[in-house]
Amino acid sequence: MEHILQFAWLIPLLPLLGFLINGLGRKWLSKSVIATIGSGVILASFVFSLILFLDVRGGQTGSGVVHYFDFIRVGNIHIPFDFQVDALSSIFLLIITGVGFLIHVYSASYMHSEPTEHYGRYFAYLNLFVFSMLLLVMGANFVVMFIGWEGVGLCSYLLIGFWFKNNDYNYAARKAFVMNRIGDLGFLLAVFWLFAKVGSVNYSDVFSSLQTLSGTDITIITLLLFVGATGKSAQIPLYTWLPDAMAGPTPVSALIHAATMVTAGIYMIARSNVLFTASPVTQTVITVIGLATALLAASIALRQNDIKKVLAYSTVSQLGYMFIALGTGAYVAAVFHVMTHAFFKALLFLGSGSVIHAMGGEQDIRRMGGLKGKMPITYWTFLIGCIAIAGIPPFSGFFSKDAILLSAFTHEGMFHQVVYYLALGGAMLTAFYMFRLFFTTFHGPFRGTHEQEHHLHESPAAMTIPLVVLAILSIVGGWVGIPEMMMKGGDRITHFLATVIPMHEGHAVSHSTEWMLMGTSTALVLLMIGLARSRYGKYKEEKETALGKTLGNKWYVDELYDKVIVHPITSLGNWLEEGMERTGIDAIVNNVGRGVQYLSRQIRLVQSGQVGSYVLLMVVSILLFFVYQFFIKK
Amino acid sequence: MIAFLLILVPLVAGTLAFFLRNGQGARGLAMLSSLGTLGVALAAVLTNDAGSLAFSAEWLPMLGAKFSLQADGISRLLTLLTAAAYPLILASTWTHEYKNPNRFFGLLLLTQAGLMGVFLATDALLFYFFWELALVPVYFLCSTWGGERRIPVTFKFFIYTFAGSLLMLVGIIYVYSKTPDSSFAQTSFYEAALSGGTQSWLFWLFFGAFAIKMPVFPFHTWQPDTYEQAPTAVTMVLSGLMVKMGLFAVIRWLLPLLPIGVNNWAVSASFLSVIGIIYASLIAMRQDDLKRLIAYSSIAHIGLMSLALFAGNETGIQGVVIQMFNHGINIIGLWIVVEWIEQQFGTRRMSELGGIAQQAPALAILFVIVALANIALPLTNGFVGEFLMFNGVFTSTAYDGNYTVLGRWHVNAAHLSLVFAVLAGIGIILSAVYTLRAIQKVLYGNVGERTGMVKDIRWNEKIALIVIVGVILVLGVYPQPMIEEAKQAVFDLLKETDISTMIKK
Amino acid sequence: MEINYYIFLSLALFAIGITGVLTRRNAIIIFMCIELMLNAVNLLLVAFSKMHHLKAAAGAVTAGTEGQLFVFFIMVVAAAEVAVGLAIIVMMYRNIHSVDVNFLNRLKN
Repeated sequence: MEHILQFAWLIPLLPLLGFLINGLGRKWLSKSVIATIGSGVILASFVFSLILFLDVRGGQTGSGVVHYFDFIRVGNIHIPFDFQVDALSSIFLLIITGVGFLIHVYSASYMHSEPTEHYGRYFAYLNLFVFSMLLLVMGANFVVMFIGWEGVGLCSYLLIGFWFKNNDYNYAARKAFVMNRIGDLGFLLAVFWLFAKVGSVNYSDVFSSLQTLSGTDITIITLLLFVGATGKSAQIPLYTWLPDAMAGPTPVSALIHAATMVTAGIYMIARSNVLFTASPVTQTVITVIGLATALLAASIALRQNDIKKVLAYSTVSQLGYMFIALGTGAYVAAVFHVMTHAFFKALLFLGSGSVIHAMGGEQDIRRMGGLKGKMPITYWTFLIGCIAIAGIPPFSGFFSKDAILLSAFTHEGMFHQVVYYLALGGAMLTAFYMFRLFFTTFHGPFRGTHEQEHHLHESPAAMTIPLVVLAILSIVGGWVGIPEMMMKGGDRITHFLATVIPMHEGHAVSHSTEWMLMGTSTALVLLMIGLARSRYGKYKEEKETALGKTLGNKWYVDELYDKVIVHPITSLGNWLEEGMERTGIDAIVNNVGRGVQYLSRQIRLVQSGQVGSYVLLMVVSILLFFVYQFFIKK
Repeated sequence: MIAFLLILVPLVAGTLAFFLRNGQGARGLAMLSSLGTLGVALAAVLTNDAGSLAFSAEWLPMLGAKFSLQADGISRLLTLLTAAAYPLILASTWTHEYKNPNRFFGLLLLTQAGLMGVFLATDALLFYFFWELALVPVYFLCSTWGGERRIPVTFKFFIYTFAGSLLMLVGIIYVYSKTPDSSFAQTSFYEAALSGGTQSWLFWLFFGAFAIKMPVFPFHTWQPDTYEQAPTAVTMVLSGLMVKMGLFAVIRWLLPLLPIGVNNWAVSASFLSVIGIIYASLIAMRQDDLKRLIAYSSIAHIGLMSLALFAGNETGIQGVVIQMFNHGINIIGLWIVVEWIEQQFGTRRMSELGGIAQQAPALAILFVIVALANIALPLTNGFVGEFLMFNGVFTSTAYDGNYTVLGRWHVNAAHLSLVFAVLAGIGIILSAVYTLRAIQKVLYGNVGERTGMVKDIRWNEKIALIVIVGVILVLGVYPQPMIEEAKQAVFDLLKETDISTMIKK
Repeated sequence: MEINYYIFLSLALFAIGITGVLTRRNAIIIFMCIELMLNAVNLLLVAFSKMHHLKAAAGAVTAGTEGQLFVFFIMVVAAAEVAVGLAIIVMMYRNIHSVDVNFLNRLKN
């Protein structure tokens, strides 16, 4: 079915068209037209993606690479503008356009109070983001991926700073962009390294020439790529932009900073799984960073009071889990978790948006409470999201998280055992902070102002329908990855992805062990939920402890970065300008000029205007000349 | 003939402009002439007739100097840039009033003639002649129509660049004395019998002149002051076109002329360039004046181009060639925005601006796109050039030999190219920092006292900016035609610079 | 013919001239001293010319005449110089009522 693949360019093109129409026509189009165009193009892309997905599942697309034109061709550098639609990218296409469409619909209602012009701008940015994200996953080489990679960074920047009158938001946007740029430099260097060693950046060429690369080269390339991933996917040390990115509108947080963009790093590593598998060093580094990020972010989430900040740190933590999976070679589990996470985290963010909407912009959970009765749909869908992320069967999060934990457990050696237990601890923290959030927000007495209480209401249908759809997906989304042992013909996602991510040989653990692991984790999670209920079921102020304060202040990492990186660079800039430029280089240049002037002033004194002195000088010079000529020169 | 017309049209129109009494007429004549030149330049790019791209006439036969011009791929791109820049500059400053407009536009057109000559000359003496012809009108433009401190600043600029030119003249005369047939022709120059040692010191005579013009750290201090003081139209010419003279001169008159000298000094020159990138970026982060910010940003970008030039491989030089074009277009876009801001608010200090995006959305959108091209975002033209240049530096084999740093670490060529690429990459990160900072301070935030009552950009600025943004996007998505245009010229250049087959030793 | 006497005489004249120019401040005296130096040179030229003529072979009738030609040149130039110089001195006296050269430093600034 080559001809269907030929139309793959329509998938990113439609959002681009939406961007152009909404961006240029934002002053003339009405809000409903803007929303219809904005969501419509995404829906159309989704339909195309679905057709392609079914095609790929039918095994009819072959390599899936389709060539359009040469982007750059210089000397030994040849970068074609190609798309590749295979099992991996088609899953991501579905997630991006599917979840993206729901969030567009939700936004149509959520952003309705914006002036028409900004409403149009919002949808234009959102469409541009989807376009960039689609480029990222559809590209058939690292450069096209990089185009999308920077493009989503730009859209993230634009959308975080959407309310540009607020300078704090602008600062957060800039921070996000710059931190992403740091990671991007790593990505770019990896691309150059590939050019230097392989001579191509096409996935097929790179992965098939694995044998020609030395071990060091592979390790360097994968580490550099991973640096890129830490920027985009908010891992230590470049994670601090993501919580600040919550300055953007809530649907943006759901789409970009939870469901899609931040998973770009996972997509990239899963895409290049052949390379990463060949470098044990990089895998260890990824595991350690992922684990550290998962635990650090989970610990911070315990003491955040902003509803979006809790979810943001939860996202960072869940991304850490995906990296643990990548580091332990369980690429499918990582992709699986990307998918389920997209469902339940988008659901949670949209739910929080619904809450914020109802509370008139209030985001502090200490001033909420008792919303259960007022907003039943939001309440129940939020609960489903919490259960899914906590990991209770048969909700989706359970299966993907279990696959990650299992892959850590099945590896031999001390290191992976420690990883397993720490990751399990992190899962318990997840359950605890999520239900702290849940109970504080929805249970107990209402703690806001009277005015807020008066206005409390369930959100309109355009917002609740996406919530319901996502809630259903959060329940059933995990069923594509039910382990073989539970259901015959299960684990369909692994089989589906087998063309991109080679299946490794059967699990090293027996079924009984696996059952036991599942049982343990479920029991522990239930225990933590119980604990959270007993502590937060009835609202009590949290006591100010030293640890609590440290967690509340995010381990002071932002302050540390300011002191260690930002401050020295700005003072260096100051010193260079004041010390080096003004009193150094420029002073030298000016002093050369001044020196010439000074010399000329001194020499001018000889021209006294006294005729006698001129004549004397002349005579003396002639005498000296004679003396030299006749007595000294031989 | 086409090549000759490129010089003739602005030269004649410029001279005519002096005699016009009517200011608006002089402006119209300048616009007409620059559009005509643009047409000729387009013809030069599109024509298949190689004969019309060359021109030769007797000039100073007793010296062996000819009036010979030749437009190869690199020249064609740069003349196209020069020809395209002038209509943009004139359009965007259409409403700006100048004293003695006839002289202003006359001098402006003379600089264009000089620039065209520099890009086309294949005779060293003719090249030098045009090099100065481009400089002298700028001196008068800056010292007559510039800002408050124009006199000392322009004086410094003139003396500094002129001192560099004299170094080059000494070098040209020396090489002339060594040519086999006592001729200033480019081909004879390339064949001059120069030993390795001679090339080493000659390198600094030529590179000194070009480095001041570009400018490369630490010869850059004339630049921020001059950009700040010159009238904006002249600043556009200076930063968009004149700095390309230095880069182009390295391509045409340094790399192929002194391949061994270049080989000996490539590491030093690259170090200066890299230091310049970081240094200028760090200073740019601290600037409050928009003009100075862009000036330092330009120094950083030029540093990257100069670094890639000395990488001496095809990707690097191709990158430089297309980046010269792109940088010229982009920076003119930035100046248009600055000019508008200065006219509207009477200040260029970012701390006094803010919130313009609310009042002037069209300007905001166009400014953001130009700024993104400035930080080399993919799908803008800036990305293609910088990508190729980085790749050229990264894979360069030009960094000869082994070094020992502080007596402990041994550094070889591969390490050096990696170090250069990483340091230049840090420059890219910093460029995002200062460019976004400028966007934020100018466009975002709340409106201040000055920015409250402002209208959006006028039609002339809008047209110029839309054209620029169009070029940015088209060349960002499909850069291949531009690469093809310069391909043969770059290939020929690399044949000349290949010292492995050198018999000059 | 002994050339040395002429050389010593013209040297003496020249030295007197130089000393006069260096030490005197009266413009007219300086002027006369300059004439003295010029004439010292003239004397020398004539003396050498004569010497060459005597030593030359019989066939070369014009030998040594260049020196005498130069003397005429110098005398013409000196005459012109006197005309201009004296005029300057007269103007100087009219302007500053003095012929002291030390007052002639107006060009300095």
